[in-house]
Amino acid sequence: MMNGMAFRKVKNHLMSFVMLACTLAVLIPLALIFVHIVKMGISSLSIDFFTHIPAPTGEPGGGMANGMLGSLIMIGGASLIGLPIGILGAIYLSEFGGSRMSTTIRFAADVLSGTPSIITGMVAYTLLVVPMKGFSGLAGAVALAMIMIPIVLRTTEEQLKMVPGSLREASLALGVPFWRTSLKVTLRSAMSGVLTGILLAVARIAGETAPLLFTALGNQFWSKNVLQPMAALPLQIFSFAIAPYEDWHKLAWAGALVLVSVMFGLSLTARYFSRSRQAH
Amino acid sequence: MDIDVRSSYCTSETENDVARATTKRREPDTAKRLNGDAVFRYLTTFFAFSILAILALMLYEMAGESMPAIKAFGWKFVSSKDWDAVQETFGALPYLYGSVVSSVLALLLATPLSIGAALFITEIAPGRLGSIVAPLVELLAAIPSVIYGLWGVLVMAPWLQTTVQPFLIEHFGFIPLFEGAPYGVSMLAAIFILMIMVVPIITSITREVLLAVPQNQKEAAIALGATRWETIKIAILPYGKSGILGAAILGLGRAIGETMAVTMVIGNAPNISLSLLSPAYTMPSVIANEFAEATTKLHASALMEIGLILMVVTLIVNALARLLIWSVSREAKGGAA
Repeated sequence: MMNGMAFRKVKNHLMSFVMLACTLAVLIPLALIFVHIVKMGISSLSIDFFTHIPAPTGEPGGGMANGMLGSLIMIGGASLIGLPIGILGAIYLSEFGGSRMSTTIRFAADVLSGTPSIITGMVAYTLLVVPMKGFSGLAGAVALAMIMIPIVLRTTEEQLKMVPGSLREASLALGVPFWRTSLKVTLRSAMSGVLTGILLAVARIAGETAPLLFTALGNQFWSKNVLQPMAALPLQIFSFAIAPYEDWHKLAWAGALVLVSVMFGLSLTARYFSRSRQAH
Repeated sequence: MDIDVRSSYCTSETENDVARATTKRREPDTAKRLNGDAVFRYLTTFFAFSILAILALMLYEMAGESMPAIKAFGWKFVSSKDWDAVQETFGALPYLYGSVVSSVLALLLATPLSIGAALFITEIAPGRLGSIVAPLVELLAAIPSVIYGLWGVLVMAPWLQTTVQPFLIEHFGFIPLFEGAPYGVSMLAAIFILMIMVVPIITSITREVLLAVPQNQKEAAIALGATRWETIKIAILPYGKSGILGAAILGLGRAIGETMAVTMVIGNAPNISLSLLSPAYTMPSVIANEFAEATTKLHASALMEIGLILMVVTLIVNALARLLIWSVSREAKGGAA
């Protein structure tokens, strides 16, 4: 009997240890990647990185300023397209939707967000690049918007649903029309949560590379025209990482550090917003 | 962030509302209000349905653009391994093989680790440690794949080439899995990078599933004298089984569609080789590498067909995963009610 108990205790400790080992095995490679990005990134980062375009092949120096600008333009464009669709669609789901139709739309959004991002690039290519006879920042923005929409839709819907019905009723009882109630009361009181979702969606598309490969294509020079091929930070990291030049690798590391910092910044801000919501 | 009821209250429309007593005035007013609401309703309905339209459009475009290749090759497209843009014969078998092998093996490695880590975070770790590790894992799940690829190609692949692969060849070279020369970029590298990438995803979903296990399940096991591990084994894992399976399948979907990181480390050679050390190719990688330069219509169409296969596979995989995860959270909600 005692033996049995001792055995069970040993087994318990053994399995706890195995679970700890799993956790370490999960965290160690991720920590290695992170440390490496910071170490290599800091040693390669310079003022030039933020102000210059890439140096000609194999030459030292240069930066990714054009890529950062291009990314900003395309993220802005994607937000212009994606945010209204996502947010108003979410209002439909939470305020109007009949149950069957809403379930279908929700399911479609989930399927869309699980679709490999390179597919959205191919679709944007056939819809925009082929008819317009050229790669463009606009096509890139549309591809990114297709990734952004389902994320914004689902997070916004979740937040709207959490707004108590009594708030809506109070507003309606005061004679405020339903549409004003939805926008000014329901959406507004869910705003911090909605912002969290938007920031996370922006963080997600900021790092997307695959959908830009055959839409924005990338550009070695300054590119501000959305109807022309446009540079993007993730695209530059990709092409510089697989190039055989040491100097370009350095730029890629610097770009990775900038990208990761931006994404972590966005995530932390999002966390701050969602926490301030919980505090209410 | 105060609630803006007052300003609405002061609009003329609302004042009318309060002042109004007769039904005579009520009619046009209601009609006006209904109008605003109706417009709003149509607008939101339109945007919500645009999601369905986008999905339908995607499927339609992909299927339409694939047609030339489907007509030209039929089923041979998935059974042939000749991929030659000059001769215009296209068989996607090496890419299918590469995608299946890399993502399934990555998943087999990642799932046990993720379950262990999720159990550690939810059941073993003291509250504070768990609450540090969990958001950390989620933060890492958000790192873009091109950055995993950067690390994979500049750090991991050289390390595999100089350390791991020579070791495997020397000691296990007699097994066909580890035959050949150490290239660095290889199927093995792709499996490792995919494993590292899907682990945070599976871990965080498994964690959510485990948190949905009702407390009384655990307490019942503890009351019977179960140790912590036995509680996990008899109460927690059986309850969360289908949700954990769903998490793993969701990870599989992610791994199959993963493009950048895999393209950067797999070597991009259309081999069908048993050896994990040889370079290989996957469906998303071949699209990423060839689509922008596909000059002939048939070549582009063949790549589109690969995209279509990819989309349908991930669609099925994701639908399955969502159903499994939903079934657990619904049960948990049902139990609480």
